[in-house]
Amino acid sequence: MSNSNFTRRGLIKTGAVAGAAGLSLPTYLRADGHSGFTNAPTGDTVTLGFNVPQSGPYADEGADELRAYELAVEHLNGGGDGGLMNTFSSKALQGNGILGKKVEYVTGDTQTKSDAARASARSMIEKDGAIMITGGSSSGVAVAVQALCQEAGVIFMAGLTHSNDTTGKDKKANGFRHFFNSYMSGAALAPILASNYGKDRKAYHLTADYNWGYTTEEAVRTSTEAMGWETVAAVKTPLTQTDFSSYIAPVLQSGADVLVLNHYGGNMVNSLTNAVQFGLRDKQVNGKNFEIVVPLYSRLMAKGAGANVKGIFGSTNWHWSLQDDGSKAFVKSFGTKYGFPPSQAAHTCYVQALLYADAVERAGSFNPCAVGEALKDFEFDGMGNGPTLYRGEDHQCFKDVLVVKGKENPTSEFDLLEIVEITPVSQVTYDAGIFGGELGVCNPGA
Amino acid sequence: MFGLNSKDTKLLLVVIALTMLAPFILNPFPEGSAMAQFNGGYPDLMQRLVIFGIFAIGFNILFGLTGYLSFGHAAFLGVGSYAAIWMMKLLTMNVIPAIMISVLVAGLFSLLVGWISLRRSGIYFSILTLAFAQMSYSLAYSVLTPITGGETGLQPKINDPRILDGALAAGETPRANLFGLEMGSSYEMTFGNWVFTFNAGYYIAAVVMILAFYLSIRIFRSPFGMMLRAVKSNQQRLNYTGLNAKPYTLAAFVISGMYAGLAGGLLVAMDTQVGAERMFWTASGEVVLMTILGGAGTLIGPVLGAGFIKYMENIVSKINKTVLEQWFAFMPDGIEDFIITIVYPFVGKGWHLTLGLLFMLVVIFLPGGLVQGGQKVFGLFRRKKASDEKTDGKTTPAE
Amino acid sequence: MDAIILQILNGLDKGSAYALIALGLTLIFGTLGVVNFAHGALFMIGAFCAVTLSRLLSLSHEVAVEGEVDFLGNPMMKDVPYIYDIFGEATGAAIIDWSVPLSILFAIPVMVAIGFIMERGLIQHFYKRPHADQILVTFGLAIVLQEIIKYFYGANPIPTPAPAAFTGSFDFGAVLGFDPNTIIYPYWRLVYFAFAAIIIGAVFAFLQFTTFGMVVRAGMADRETVGLLGINIDKRFTIMFGIAAAVAGLAGVMYTPINSPNYHMGMDFLVLSFVVVVVGGMGSLPGAVLAGFLLGVLESFASMGAVLEVLPGINQIIIYLVAIVILLTRPRGLMGRKGVMEE
Repeated sequence: MSNSNFTRRGLIKTGAVAGAAGLSLPTYLRADGHSGFTNAPTGDTVTLGFNVPQSGPYADEGADELRAYELAVEHLNGGGDGGLMNTFSSKALQGNGILGKKVEYVTGDTQTKSDAARASARSMIEKDGAIMITGGSSSGVAVAVQALCQEAGVIFMAGLTHSNDTTGKDKKANGFRHFFNSYMSGAALAPILASNYGKDRKAYHLTADYNWGYTTEEAVRTSTEAMGWETVAAVKTPLTQTDFSSYIAPVLQSGADVLVLNHYGGNMVNSLTNAVQFGLRDKQVNGKNFEIVVPLYSRLMAKGAGANVKGIFGSTNWHWSLQDDGSKAFVKSFGTKYGFPPSQAAHTCYVQALLYADAVERAGSFNPCAVGEALKDFEFDGMGNGPTLYRGEDHQCFKDVLVVKGKENPTSEFDLLEIVEITPVSQVTYDAGIFGGELGVCNPGA
Repeated sequence: MFGLNSKDTKLLLVVIALTMLAPFILNPFPEGSAMAQFNGGYPDLMQRLVIFGIFAIGFNILFGLTGYLSFGHAAFLGVGSYAAIWMMKLLTMNVIPAIMISVLVAGLFSLLVGWISLRRSGIYFSILTLAFAQMSYSLAYSVLTPITGGETGLQPKINDPRILDGALAAGETPRANLFGLEMGSSYEMTFGNWVFTFNAGYYIAAVVMILAFYLSIRIFRSPFGMMLRAVKSNQQRLNYTGLNAKPYTLAAFVISGMYAGLAGGLLVAMDTQVGAERMFWTASGEVVLMTILGGAGTLIGPVLGAGFIKYMENIVSKINKTVLEQWFAFMPDGIEDFIITIVYPFVGKGWHLTLGLLFMLVVIFLPGGLVQGGQKVFGLFRRKKASDEKTDGKTTPAE
Repeated sequence: MDAIILQILNGLDKGSAYALIALGLTLIFGTLGVVNFAHGALFMIGAFCAVTLSRLLSLSHEVAVEGEVDFLGNPMMKDVPYIYDIFGEATGAAIIDWSVPLSILFAIPVMVAIGFIMERGLIQHFYKRPHADQILVTFGLAIVLQEIIKYFYGANPIPTPAPAAFTGSFDFGAVLGFDPNTIIYPYWRLVYFAFAAIIIGAVFAFLQFTTFGMVVRAGMADRETVGLLGINIDKRFTIMFGIAAAVAGLAGVMYTPINSPNYHMGMDFLVLSFVVVVVGGMGSLPGAVLAGFLLGVLESFASMGAVLEVLPGINQIIIYLVAIVILLTRPRGLMGRKGVMEE
């Protein structure tokens, strides 16, 4: 905190004026070393902001994210067993903090509301001097906080957000997403569905009536129709709906033999529970067994739906039963510390924290633009998802996608999903331009 | 002064002093000290305090004076916000047109809702306003996505038309400003270990709030305000005197709707983003709680209530275990763990619990809200000074 | 035709849930005149009574399984409920299976006690306070109750299945002569419907045909006069509060197999139940029940694909739209009494 200075916005204005006069340099050249960008760390510590839902329906998911972040901080500062730092292909991290500065963190509650999430993120940036914001459990929050970070000039490492929009039409240069998206879910699921349920299926979609629901329905529809499926109906359901009986009941009359539930969180738990209650899975339609599909799974949702998930296909970003070295290392250190295996939300958040720290180390600077450069088209391995690419055009990670199925005979309350197939990355890669949006230029603040 | 009696002038001056000195008042603890966690003097929170203060002042004009309990006021705030962000996307990032249009649009919308809802009174009125607000929320989140952005809301984008602004320089993000003065720009003053932030956006919002507060005093003291109070105390008798109360209540409703729109527009001006959750019934409920908590019908109460709730939300929710460990580090290990175990459920993710308990405590022990608490404390001092003074310093707040 | 019959069935089922929740609320809100924002929380606590009982019944000790390891490589432990040790595995499993219906017995005393404590400890001091104060204090209470549940049970929904005997669905289509599978309805929802009918009938009978009920009804109409007659109306109101809490709680218990309970389910229902009560008309029990069924049926119709094609988004707003239309055409809701909560 220096004496009587006009902070970043003032400087940016000067920059803009200079730009108008044709004198400007590319923004990232303006900032060098440890100054000239928002919240440049001055002492021997660096502060990260963990912005996760701590109240509301996703509070448990947020709690798991926070556990992962605390673990990541411990590992970055050289504590614990080092976790994924041992298996990560990049060896820049030394276990001495980031660039020798000890990692500290602040936490906040997004409440899964975009206003509250932005208020919390702004307080981290303005009050606590956070240099990077990460976390969250919904796409609405991710897009809102990402836009804020772009404006404020800090890096945003998205937590759990699955909508295409986050790195599609709402992508920002300062925002990065490790989690997969609706498009990848659709592309990964369709072949598995076709090979298990046949190619002449009639699908009935129930779709949560908001952006994520739309992109997911679109993705699953397109990819299953390409396999030869027919979509008989797609009905939108309100986000605030709790009882889905009036949406489930007409499904059998429609002649459909597959029900696709484009729902997440509480919506998914309730709609799946209701569908199973109606006995849909015991029915025969068109001479085939009636089936239910849930495009996006999470272990916490599977837990909420209980026995109803058995045998139901879906996709997920990561699962603790993966047997590669990275996953095993992460499950081991998380399990040792907390006594149960991590969720996919915990995994993506932990990985995001490490990826950020590693990018800073490789860039040799906390400057968001330098960090962005280091993450751009960065290829890495050993983080649990196989070889992964952080694509430069849209800041989206490309990696294998897991197709999973509810386990028939779970051995514990965490052992609810089994991996059916690891869909190779090549099958879920798409052109960066298809969702529109403009990445813009990185903003280091002042 | 300003057409106010001396008591109201004093109150206005106190409010002016408090808002202008807020960067000092809210940052009483030096940086780096354990108590710095409780500092609230950063731009975002200061802006929110005054903006929600405006929202609550407006709500109080309707509820405090007429007794009509609207449960849908967040809809006007939301509609105002959407109008403001569209101005910023289409016209200019200058906040003046955005704020003006937000007041106007919220006023028109509240005219429509008020005209329909005010046909009923009591709980029936409350449910009508609730129904309108919930419909606005549901539609904005879903089928109106092309206009409202739905789940992801609206933010200014680089490629928006903005016909009045020149093209953005490469790499520049659109920022809300007042003729070039950016809302986010701040001046920091360091005084020993203390850091005080003076934020342009905050002061603009604060000036607007002072004006809004002044206007509300004038309304409270005007014949119009008197008429509204008459509606509250006995509408039937008012009707028997041959007066039609509806134009008065409708005017109060529209005025308070415009206050909500103003708050919505300012929210967008300070933080350029709108999401539909802003209109959910819990948001409408929040302003009701702010007003009652502070003291409905009193001038300053709603502002205090708004400040109280927003401060709790933003400060208490950020206290995590590590912070607690720092606070209590001086204690012996066993006692430290014990204290942390006791305190932990009330902070961080448990901040709602603290809020709920405080709601109950305030309403049980201070029936007049926080204002009454202030009066009690004030009265205590007075009695000490002049023990022979018989007059009860408390004025029961009108409800 | 079959689609319409199906949605009527659906609507009646939904409506029975709405009516049951609104019934408890209208007892407190429409009759005692207390705006009880904690009513949703009572519903939620009822649901968690079922969760608690099923947890109590499944209290287990760990037994190592030979030859298997868990995710960290330690010996796999298997939980064996104590109840298996007491009653044998078959009976024990049956008791756990039937934990939701059994919870009714558990929930009634718990909820009545909570109702008594709430009324004596808190609400009675607020009868004469403005409605605004009642809102603030009950909202605060609702938050506190929610947070307590969240602290112990987490925020994730907790699956609480119905007894195995009630899984699956009944084929009305086959009975009525339509194609098989066109009109199916889950057994548990039929149970819920019957349960709601019984509870609603019992509450009506209690108020209509007992002396106690008569006094309470008199007290609702004119509390002061009843008091002057030397009748202790306060005590009766306390009991009414207990009954209302129990009704809300039972609605919650039986609802658990339909949707997995979570700590904020009460808030999800709160607004809806207020709308139902007000649309029904303040102070009218039959009104609340009627409004519950009406809104349930209309909501079901609005969710039909054919309707949504013509009016996209109508399923989002139907309840509120209907509420507005009814309140504008009938000033006191469907069956409201004059002068109740109109100031």
